[in-house]
Amino acid sequence: MNAAPPMLHLEDVYVSYPNRHGEPVMILNDIDLKVSQGEFITVVGPSGCGKSTLLRLILGAEAPTQGAVLLDGKQLDAPNRNRGIVFQKYSLFPHLSVVDNIIFGLDAEAHGMFKGWLQPGKMRQKRRAFREQAQVYLERIGLADAADKFPHELSGGMRQRVAIAQSLIMKPRILLMDEPFGALDHATRTEMQLFILEQWEQAKMTVFFVTHDLEEACFLGSRVMVLSQYYQTDRGRGQGAKIVGDFGTPGGHPKPTDFLYSDEMKQMVNRIRHEGLNPDFLQHIKDFNLTHRDAFRTVDPKEWQGES
Amino acid sequence: MKFLSMYAKFGPVTSALLSASLFVACIAVYLTASHLRHQENPKDKVMPTIGKMWQGVENTAFKGDRKGDYRLWVDTWASAKRLGYSTLLLVLAVWLGLHMGLYPFFEAVFYRFILFFDKVPALALLPILFIIFGLGELSKVMLILLGVFPTIALDTYLRAKAVPREQVIKGRTLGASSAKITYGIVLPQIMPDVLNTIRLNFKAMVLFLIAGESLAATAGLGYRIFVVRRYIAMEIIIPYVIWMSLLAFVADLLIRLWIKKRYTWYQAQ
Repeated sequence: MNAAPPMLHLEDVYVSYPNRHGEPVMILNDIDLKVSQGEFITVVGPSGCGKSTLLRLILGAEAPTQGAVLLDGKQLDAPNRNRGIVFQKYSLFPHLSVVDNIIFGLDAEAHGMFKGWLQPGKMRQKRRAFREQAQVYLERIGLADAADKFPHELSGGMRQRVAIAQSLIMKPRILLMDEPFGALDHATRTEMQLFILEQWEQAKMTVFFVTHDLEEACFLGSRVMVLSQYYQTDRGRGQGAKIVGDFGTPGGHPKPTDFLYSDEMKQMVNRIRHEGLNPDFLQHIKDFNLTHRDAFRTVDPKEWQGES
Repeated sequence: MKFLSMYAKFGPVTSALLSASLFVACIAVYLTASHLRHQENPKDKVMPTIGKMWQGVENTAFKGDRKGDYRLWVDTWASAKRLGYSTLLLVLAVWLGLHMGLYPFFEAVFYRFILFFDKVPALALLPILFIIFGLGELSKVMLILLGVFPTIALDTYLRAKAVPREQVIKGRTLGASSAKITYGIVLPQIMPDVLNTIRLNFKAMVLFLIAGESLAATAGLGYRIFVVRRYIAMEIIIPYVIWMSLLAFVADLLIRLWIKKRYTWYQAQ
């Protein structure tokens, strides 16, 4: 798998927003990132570090101020069906039943908005086929009986399951998730974590998962990425977040739940907390923990003379 | 005074009685006053008795006038047509508002214009409308339409804008076209709110209808009450007013029931 060219490739990506005086403020500073197919990447970092911005770049909902965001070698420009997304909220369409939410993408693709009505018989037939297909997903997410319910009749965890199925049925290249379990209670959350690992394994998909929960990140990810604005370069304190850590998690994947209580887990979480989330600890960019096999970076010599 | 407390609970019968009480009181006051006036002057025209009003209804609804027209129905039909056409044309307002909310081009072109247009008092346009469109049906339909068009368009615009961006992004990641996002995601979600706005603006529409009819018409509910006013024909005016209110109430009720039936997900939001 490692020999295959990376499906997702970001190089020298900078993002800055104007502040309220109109001066640009750097949010993401020289992000370099390669992702191979089948990886489960979790992204953590202090709040406001630009995790969601990075996700929106990959989604195509936002363009970088500078740099390239490539999926399968092509520059991304708009969200499309190659990348599915699950948000923390508002993922489901409230006016559609569960099954109609799930087949929404297939239906939109086959019939557009009005095109299907040119051949209503054919449309009905196709929709029936889509519903059958959705039933498979409904069974997989354990909601076979809820097909005709509306999103407001479901619990938070159920809603997220439907949102995941809704994206998965389109077989996206990457499934992006923006703190999808952030609003769930602890028990549901654990259940959902196991659920997404199961789906990941079954569908052999690539997941890009943003979270602020370090334990969640270390448990779920086959690769953990730490994004942080707390670091220093040769020129002093850094501006805008860089990837300060990028490493594989030990012990295979997916992990047994015991891993959550292991010493390895504790060490990893503590290290991330110290190196990434502590505003008083400014790690020099030469010391970043970029040990994942796909990790790479281009270094600005003004920031660090050391690397050739 | 437990029944006045915030936490008072009423059974179905009590609450029905309480709801009816003001209606009953109003009718009782009217009947008493009417009775007293008739004792003084049996030919009193200002507060006709129920019997006289019933006669008024009979004469307009169930007996032809000199031309053989059943006036109440002719008037109702004439007014309903005007309201119906303008309501149909409101589809344009909804369409425009929806597009203003989702497409920057439409927003840039129309938003400020409609915002300004909204501040033009529609009744002040009435003479202009009469001059441009003549005294026929068109000017009355236009008056009703212009009176509520900006409100409906702006309301739809705000509601379309308030739909979370996530929904649009989600639609795009599922391969939905712009048309599908517009008419398949956003419109159905705001439709119950839009219907509610139209429902609440029904009153303004009736207002413009009556204003138009009172100035130039040959039939219509508003036209009639202004005509018979000259003869102080209260026995016709009062039933007409009640009839108009009743029709408006029924229209309102129908829309509410439709929303409840068609948009089951909406109530629970």
